[in-house]
Amino acid sequence: MTPLLTMRGIVKEFPGVRALDGVDLDVDAGEVHCLLGQNGAGKSTLIKVIAGAHRPDAGEVVLDGTPVSFGSPQAADGAGIATIHQELDLVPALSVAENVMLGHEPSRWGFTRPSDAEALTRALLLRLGHPEIPPRREVGRLSAAGQQVVSMARALARDARLIVMDEPSAVLDPEEVRNLFRVIRELTAEGVAVVYISHRLDEIREVGDRVTVLKDGRTVARDLPARATPTAEVIRLMTGRSIEYVFPERAAADPAADVVLEVDGLARAGEFAGVSFTVRAGEVVGLAGLVGSGRSEILETVYGARRATAGTVRVRGAALRTGSVPAAVRAGMGLCPEERKSQGLLLHEPVYRNVSLPALARFARAGFMRQDAEIAAAGGVTAQLDVRPADGTRAVRTLSGGNQQKVVLARWLLRGCTVLLLDEPTRGVDVGARSEIYALVRRLAAEGVAVVLVSSEVPEVLGLADRVLVVREGRVVHEAPACDLDEARVLDLVMEGTAHV
Amino acid sequence: MSDHSAAPGVTGTAPGAAPPASAPPASAPPASAPPPAVPATDERGRIEKAARAAEPRGSTLGRLLDSGVGRNLGLVAVLVLLCVVGVATADTFATTSNLLTILTSASIIGVITVGVTFVIIGGGIDLSVGKVMALASVWATTVATQSFGPVVMVFCALAVGAGAGLVNGLLIAYGRIVPFIVTLAMLISAQGLAERISGRRSQIVTDPTIAAIATTRLLGIPLMVYIFAAVVAVGWVLLNRTTFGRRTFAIGGNPEAARLAGLDVRRHTIALYVLSGLCCGIAAIMIASLTTTGSSTHGTLYELDAIAAVIIGGTLLTGGRGTLIGSILGVLVFTTITNLFVLNNLETEIQNIAKGVIIVIAVLIQTRARRSSSG
Repeated sequence: MTPLLTMRGIVKEFPGVRALDGVDLDVDAGEVHCLLGQNGAGKSTLIKVIAGAHRPDAGEVVLDGTPVSFGSPQAADGAGIATIHQELDLVPALSVAENVMLGHEPSRWGFTRPSDAEALTRALLLRLGHPEIPPRREVGRLSAAGQQVVSMARALARDARLIVMDEPSAVLDPEEVRNLFRVIRELTAEGVAVVYISHRLDEIREVGDRVTVLKDGRTVARDLPARATPTAEVIRLMTGRSIEYVFPERAAADPAADVVLEVDGLARAGEFAGVSFTVRAGEVVGLAGLVGSGRSEILETVYGARRATAGTVRVRGAALRTGSVPAAVRAGMGLCPEERKSQGLLLHEPVYRNVSLPALARFARAGFMRQDAEIAAAGGVTAQLDVRPADGTRAVRTLSGGNQQKVVLARWLLRGCTVLLLDEPTRGVDVGARSEIYALVRRLAAEGVAVVLVSSEVPEVLGLADRVLVVREGRVVHEAPACDLDEARVLDLVMEGTAHV
Repeated sequence: MSDHSAAPGVTGTAPGAAPPASAPPASAPPASAPPPAVPATDERGRIEKAARAAEPRGSTLGRLLDSGVGRNLGLVAVLVLLCVVGVATADTFATTSNLLTILTSASIIGVITVGVTFVIIGGGIDLSVGKVMALASVWATTVATQSFGPVVMVFCALAVGAGAGLVNGLLIAYGRIVPFIVTLAMLISAQGLAERISGRRSQIVTDPTIAAIATTRLLGIPLMVYIFAAVVAVGWVLLNRTTFGRRTFAIGGNPEAARLAGLDVRRHTIALYVLSGLCCGIAAIMIASLTTTGSSTHGTLYELDAIAAVIIGGTLLTGGRGTLIGSILGVLVFTTITNLFVLNNLETEIQNIAKGVIIVIAVLIQTRARRSSSG
């Protein structure tokens, strides 16, 4: 059988950077082809080449036996290639139906036919297992997972032959991931090819047929069987070393250490209620819960970024003014927010300015910046965290996800904090940087920092935290030492009462 | 975004150099130095080399290109071109007195543009500047105010400007209304208030000290030009050398990130509009002196001139990036065009068409240049 899509020797250069350096890829009709690689391996660039957003500098692309060269995303779209990007490209102010039909609106004599669009959209959403999403709802008001579904529906609406999915599961909870897999299987049964990208190896084993591994812009392994290839082998190919990321050993938290953070009866109307917990110096407390359970909202409210409707937050015994981030920061708190790019970074500013942001006053005399001292101090912490490349004057946007996350962490390392709140610290971070971040969190705890960790990945919460709070529908439903829990138990607690199979 | 996708390939964590997963244990001392594995240096070298190639910074040339003047090479070129045209078409263009005329006529809009640059870099917009200046000029030149002497007049102008800015800032920061609407409303009501106070008449400046500002020269250069230069100098230092300026860029670049890093975004937003109002107050004294009147008709459409100068100066309308030097170059380009038309006895209608074309061309050149430099 000839493959549906064949790519040979694809090269793509940006000024000074060879993002792709000879990539080969074969995708058959009706298969789920997984693309693996660390951040910066060239996956995103390759997807953009497939989707017509970048024109390759060299190499050939053959679609269904015909050599093609897409000059624009529209051309790829016309050839039956749909892409679901990691950063969703929906128009927030338009309705669900308008987004699904964008560019292909059903029309007669130039007039759009909204009722047809809505009917088609409703059918697609039903097929995706989400009949509860109203086609007229504004997309901006949907949850991240809801938007992901709309993105999927849009790809389906095109009757695409090849669908590229860039980390579609990152914002989905387990139930929705199962749904996604069901849809993927239906699509492949109809002969549609899916290129699937994910950091989660278990997903690739579950849904994938074959695997292609990229490293440093090159294909290092092609057409591996997704289920039969051992994990160690996959990781060795991706990283060039043969270890699986492991959690650092933890020193048992001192049960007599001072309580640093006390949260008492914290509530926010419509989001969560009655949340109470304490964190001792040197302790890591994990919040486990589904997307939408209220875990991120709790964290942001503790930090003062959202105004609590009831309850108090105390740091070392002193109550914080509610709804004031500056007060929280002065009291010694720091937050690494969930959305690194939109909430954490000044993308166009250099690394050092991102690091010094909460500590500007320390590098100023009578309001005047002492930039040399600032650059030196920021460089000190970024070197400690091994941020690559080491040049602190580079714009943060040019760094990979893992290094960007380290920059956000470096910020609080520089300022120094007694309470560190981490929201999804390893989302979109590759395996190597992950273990470095884990080591850093444990190191900070060992130095006496109280850490609160929110993560969608249960193994991460269990592996890193001393104590785990399970959050469901805005309430803390269970609290236990991490060593008394296992993944199955946490998942059970997290999902209890929700409509699952 | 093509510049974003340049990242893969160079910036990925170098696998060989990452610390082995078994170490460091939690209690280990800070992992400051990467383990001295041999492939690590290799990989790191590759990354650093690619990084240097990707962004030619750190060199003298790089720093020059990154400075205000460098980033506005297109604008400098336009200005030079205009001067060449000036020398070719009018004998009087290259005379000292004509150049001082250009600087003097640039001074009032220039002072306003300094304030507007801060607001726009901070992610806002201020449409009210022209009429806030008019209101300040009227308030400072009422018979009652003038009777207290020049110090009170200056104080009044500055207080009215800052007060209007404070109202703008409070409504934007705490009322959560978009800056466009708030400052548009301020433009309209400031106009109305100025007309009400002055009874739509021009109020003559009788105070000799204020009237003398426009006619005084120091070392042959008008005092107005010194005021302009001083405001630009203070503005430049504030924007580029202080925590205030740093916060302005941060808030304009990503207000949410700035807020979550502990910056008081609302208070800073208010400060930016007060600063813009203060510049209007300074400009009010200058225009009252130059025209020897305070009038509600002063400053009509100044907001558009100032915003146009800021934009062709390379400041992003969405905030977060920009230079004060660029804005000032923008003001000088516009003023020079006006001067050329006056010297050549051309009609102002054509002058406005030329201005419009120049705005588009300058922005086109700059976006091209930026795209090719950032990849």
